[in-house]
Amino acid sequence: MDATLRQRIDELVGSSPVFVFMKGTKLMPQCGFSNNVVQILHATGVPFETFDVLSDMEIRQGIKDYSEWPTIPQVYVNGEFIGGSDILIEMYNNGELKEKLTVALAS
Amino acid sequence: MVQPDEVMAAIRRALPDAAVEVEDLTGGGDHLQVKVVSQAFAGLNRVKQHQLVYGALRSELASEAIHALAVQTSLPS
Repeated sequence: MDATLRQRIDELVGSSPVFVFMKGTKLMPQCGFSNNVVQILHATGVPFETFDVLSDMEIRQGIKDYSEWPTIPQVYVNGEFIGGSDILIEMYNNGELKEKLTVALAS
Repeated sequence: MVQPDEVMAAIRRALPDAAVEVEDLTGGGDHLQVKVVSQAFAGLNRVKQHQLVYGALRSELASEAIHALAVQTSLPS
């Protein structure tokens, strides 16, 4: 992928310990899967930032190449891609998410 | 849209030992849920497990023939 685009995505991912690429915004998610992720992160109480891929076609496609993951939403913790909606739900239910976020925000 | 048996066949081409269940969540053929059980997932984290399944369905996802795909992966018990 294009180096400038990769750098843009690197900067977004690095802009917050918890960063989400989603369809729509925190207040108005435009897709049920994106909404799941927002609700779960709200439930954990951690601060997080989001980017609306519907506002930027280059990022919308680029983020899929960046993570080699074909779907949106995508959740990054300290720069590491941890999964989409299904994985977040599973990690929330088994307690792994809370543990990961606690460690991430402490560092 | 794609037929559930095409999805199953594509996954089994990539993961020949896999037990695959496909559910069409809306009846429209483009919101699918798949459950895949395969020994190929051993030692992989969940992202990597799901990437194997996505990889098998790359063209269907890229063309948006499948719009939404819920994935559950596990090892044979």
